[in-house]
This record gives sequence, C-alpha cells and structure tokens, in this order.
Amino acid sequence: MARVPLVELEGVVKTYRMGDVEVQALRGVSLTIEQGEFTAVMGASGSGKSTLMNILGCLDQPTSGRYRLEGQDVSGLPTERLAEIRNRTIGFVFQSFNLLSRTSALENVELPLLYAGVPAGERHARAAEALAQVGLADRSGHLPNQMSGGQQQRVAIARALVNRPRVILADEPTGNLDSRTSVEVMSLFQELGRGGITVVLVTHEPDIAQYASRVLVMRDGRVLSDARREARRAEVPDPPPDLEEALP
Amino acid sequence: MNLLQTLRVAFRALTRNKMRSFLTTLGIVIGVSAVIAMVAIGDGAKARVEQAFAAMGSNMLIVLPGTTTAGGAHGGFGSMPTLTWDDLKAIQNEIPTVRAAAPQLRSVAQVLSEDQNWTTQVIGTTPDFFVIRSWPVARGSLLTQSDVDGGTKVAVLGATVVAKLFGAGNPVGQVIRVKNVPFTVVGVLDKKGQSQWGQDFDDVLFVPVSTFLQKIQGGLGNYIAGTIMVSAVSADATSRAESQIRGLLRDRHRLQAGADDDFSIRNLSEIAAASQEGTRTLTTLLAAIAAVSLLVGGIGIMNIMLVSVTERTREIGLRMAVGAKPRDIRLQFLVEALALAVTGGLIGVGLGLGAAWRLAQSFGWQVLYRPDVIFIAVGFSGLVGVGFGFYPAHRASRLDPIQALRFE
Repeated sequence: MARVPLVELEGVVKTYRMGDVEVQALRGVSLTIEQGEFTAVMGASGSGKSTLMNILGCLDQPTSGRYRLEGQDVSGLPTERLAEIRNRTIGFVFQSFNLLSRTSALENVELPLLYAGVPAGERHARAAEALAQVGLADRSGHLPNQMSGGQQQRVAIARALVNRPRVILADEPTGNLDSRTSVEVMSLFQELGRGGITVVLVTHEPDIAQYASRVLVMRDGRVLSDARREARRAEVPDPPPDLEEALP
Repeated sequence: MNLLQTLRVAFRALTRNKMRSFLTTLGIVIGVSAVIAMVAIGDGAKARVEQAFAAMGSNMLIVLPGTTTAGGAHGGFGSMPTLTWDDLKAIQNEIPTVRAAAPQLRSVAQVLSEDQNWTTQVIGTTPDFFVIRSWPVARGSLLTQSDVDGGTKVAVLGATVVAKLFGAGNPVGQVIRVKNVPFTVVGVLDKKGQSQWGQDFDDVLFVPVSTFLQKIQGGLGNYIAGTIMVSAVSADATSRAESQIRGLLRDRHRLQAGADDDFSIRNLSEIAAASQEGTRTLTTLLAAIAAVSLLVGGIGIMNIMLVSVTERTREIGLRMAVGAKPRDIRLQFLVEALALAVTGGLIGVGLGLGAAWRLAQSFGWQVLYRPDVIFIAVGFSGLVGVGFGFYPAHRASRLDPIQALRFE
C-alpha cells in the first residue's frame, strides 16, 4: 500500500467576492507534498500563493476541490475542528513574526500549548526545549522588543515547533530580515526538514527559494512549474554569528 | 484553555494598560462605592430611628387631653384636662386591643441625695407604664401596684439621675428628697439613651401616681393632669386601638357627631412607619442612582473593550492561527471585561466602606455594614461586565483569522 501523502490538493479552486467582482485566486490547483519535503512556493503578488498557504494552513476553505491533510479531507470541517488541526498539525511562521508584545519569549512559545490544554509544568518544559532547538535557550525571559529581528523570527519558529506539528507553513519568513539572518533562518528550516518536519515556504526571492528541495512557481492561480532538485545547503557566513554579540 | 489560564491572560492584558484599565473601571468604582457608602450610612440612620422608636415604647399610643378655647385663641392639646381617671379605667378594661394603659403626670423638681442635687423630671405613674415603654429595671425593683394603692414614698430612678446623685454608687435603699419629701429608692432603670431629637430618656425619676398627687403636685380631682400612655396588643392592632379609643372617649365625653375631639391621640408606630417610609424612598433613589452609574460604567467598559479588540486584531488572528477556537477568544475578552468590572466593584466596595466609616467618624453617625449589599454590588458589577463585554467579545470571536493577521 502506498504511503498517504501528507498534503494532497485536488482541483482546488478559491473564488473571492470583492463587491460585485468575483476574483479567482486559485483556478484548480492539484498537488501532493510528501512528509519531510522542503517546498518553496514562488510567484508574483496576486499569483495565488498566499491563498494557497491559507488553504494549506486550514485558515481558509477551498470554494471547490479537495484538500486532504494526512489523508483526512479537511474541506468542510467546522471552525472548531479546523482550530484543532491548526493547533496540532500545523505551525505558522509569518513575515512580521507576530509575537505578542510585552510577553516573554518563553510565553510566546507556550501559546499553542495553552490552547492544546497542556498543563503548566509540561508547557514550560516543552517551550524551553523548543527555544533551545532554535538556539535561544538563554533568551527565554526576553521580551520581543529586546531581541533582534532574527531572534524574534527564531522565537516564532520555536512557537511553530512547540506542538510538534507535521508541517510548518512559513509566509515570507525572511521578508523582514537581512540576508545574513535570512540564511540563519533557512538553515534552521533545513534542519527541521532533516528531522522529518515538512516545510512549505512562500517567498518571492529566488535566492531564498534555492534552499528548498522543491520549488513551485505559481501564476494566475495555477501551478506554473514544479521542480525537485538538490537544495543549496544554507551555510551561515563566518563573520559574527549574531550582530548584537559582535557589538562591544 | 482552562479558566485559570484565561484569567491570567486577561489580567496580563489589563495590566499592560494599567492607566486605561483604571480609568475604564472608574465608573464602576464610583457607582459601587457611592452605593456602599450610602447604604451603610442609610442603614445606620434607619437602625438609629428604629432604636429611638423602640426606646419610646412598643406599639405605643399617647392620649393627650383636650384644648381650651379662650376668646378665639386655641390653647393647644393638653391645655385643659379633659381625661378622667374613669376614662383611663375604661380604656384599660373595655378595649380588647389595648394591652396596657397608664397615666403619666409630670413635674419638674429638684432632687436631693445626701450630698448632691439635680433638677429633673418627676413622673407619677403606675407599674403598667414600664410595660408600655418596655423598660426593664437594671437594679432593685419597679413600682408595684401596692405602692400605687398605698401611696408609698418610693422612687425608681433613670440612669442619668443615678449618675448625677450617686455617681457610681448603688442608690437602691438610699433616701432622696423630692420637694422636701423623703423617698426610698427601690430601683434603677436600664439605660435607654437619647431620643432622635436628643432628649435624654434617662434623666427622669418615677414615683407612684398616688404619691405624686399627694406629695409632689396636687391633682385635679376626677381629671388627669397629664397624659395616658397606651400600648396596643400588637403593631398591627395599633391603628385599631387608636380608633377604638377615639370612639370610646367621644362616647364617654358625649361629643356630638361632627364636634371636634376634646383630646388627641398620637400614634407613635405611625410616625415610625412614616420615617421608615422616608428611608425606603431614599434607598430606592440610591438604587436608581447606582443603576445609572453602573450602566454608564458598563458602557465605558464596552467602549474600551471594542477599542481593545480592534487594537489587538492581529493578536486575535495569531491566537486563532495557533489553535484558539472562537469560544476561546470570546471567553478571553469576556473574562477581561468581567475582571475589569469586578475589580472595579471590589475597589468600589473598599472605597465605599472606607468613606462610610470616615463620614460616620467625623459626624458621629452610626454605620451598618450589610454583607448582602456588598455581595449584590460586586455581583451586579460582574453582571455589568459580562453584559457589556459580550458584544465586543463576540465580535472578536467572529474575526476572520486571515483578515485579522493582515490587519495593520
């Protein structure tokens, strides 16, 4: 028996109504993503890549077509169930980090566990573990505004990881980062992929996409090309591993 | 997410904006503290009125003799004796709603002990008087019927008179002189305190009515040179007793239908009821003010919660993305509104009790703390929080996570 793909889209169409005008954001996307794949989704703005991500993340429902996640058809599930799937199966990383301000790194990472109903002791332990995994074990008490952009994004990745999801969806995760920190973040994603976590990344920067093992290019709501290839290994250039630490 | 965690998240959110949270809850604080303070003071006042009336006597009626009219000038009640000793007997014996009736003859006289003197009110009466006034003896004994029958020279003293004449000593068995007549002190009455208008109930001395007439102030033959105190069998019966006494006396005095009464009857329970009615009106008014201020406070909370939902749209979107269900979001904002309102309510209770205590201290009022009112006030502010918090919370829970995450 063939292994069930992690993500399976079948003729997914998404239509928005904007006033009187109907906008077709996705015009029939079919696609499978296997576990452990590191996929980059590229495309110009308006190509439908954000809509695709929203549907993959169970934040939005397809107008027609099927979406099977871990073999389960999630199109048409009630909001409550979708929230549970987001909580258990999916981790989100955003361009603007979306950390809660005036809330420590540790507590930010704990957030998904809070909604999963994990008891406090285990919550702290797992959040600390996730922070250690992204190399921020010593920053757990820091507030977002006390950290650099790269550190904040790593906290956000820890938050996405903490519930041990099957797939991490990253929407332009390096959009607000300089090139050096971008490579750091990409190397982190590659590491996760090696650990068996599926990563889907939306980006419009080709040099970011080259760290992925598969590149999907979208245009006008369709998949234009889908190529698997050898990913470039993300190696952080030698100079100071962290800008802040380099300062006297 | 369980309730404790929700509560923690709510308090975290509120303390992030301390000043704003404080100002938001101020409406509730002021409303609740005003109610608590006013009810505490109002209840104190009411209790005081009740005490005063209870001190005067239970279910008490006072029958005053009639008026004189000389050359068109009305002398006022009590200016002419119209009540007879037979009237008193008739009231005692013929009216079933009357529990007891006693004459009250007054005089002011100087009273001497061995080494002190004091001018006070001397009242001649019968043992029933103490029943009517529900006034027990603290030491020794009360006047007895045989004292009245035999005209013995005994006296029962009020606490103030005892203090003036004997200080801390025991007056029972001692001899005092009233208008140069020696009286043996047989008893001391319980302290009754002051009337509402500051009259000292204890500055008084009682002697048997017969002795009073013989030794202190001559009588008027058949007529009573004073008033008749009456006690009805129950509070409900007071009004009936009043009308029955009126009928009896009109009958005995042979007054034509349409003629004015030649006596008057004061119904103390009616006065008490009227003053309680006044307090009740005041309480209702206070409750109305409280309701208005809580309403205003509630609108303030709703306003700030709506602002907060808008401000935190991205946070809501993020929480939803990481797994918060709509009801988690709704609960979170509801609990925030509730926490604001209840905190306001609790601060209000504290301030209100403090203010009541402070006012009572500086004006010498009595304060009565009612746990039920405190409970209701806090409960009500909680209700306001939930009521006015619901709409913003509901709006938050209905946000679309995609839109919310994109919100700038």
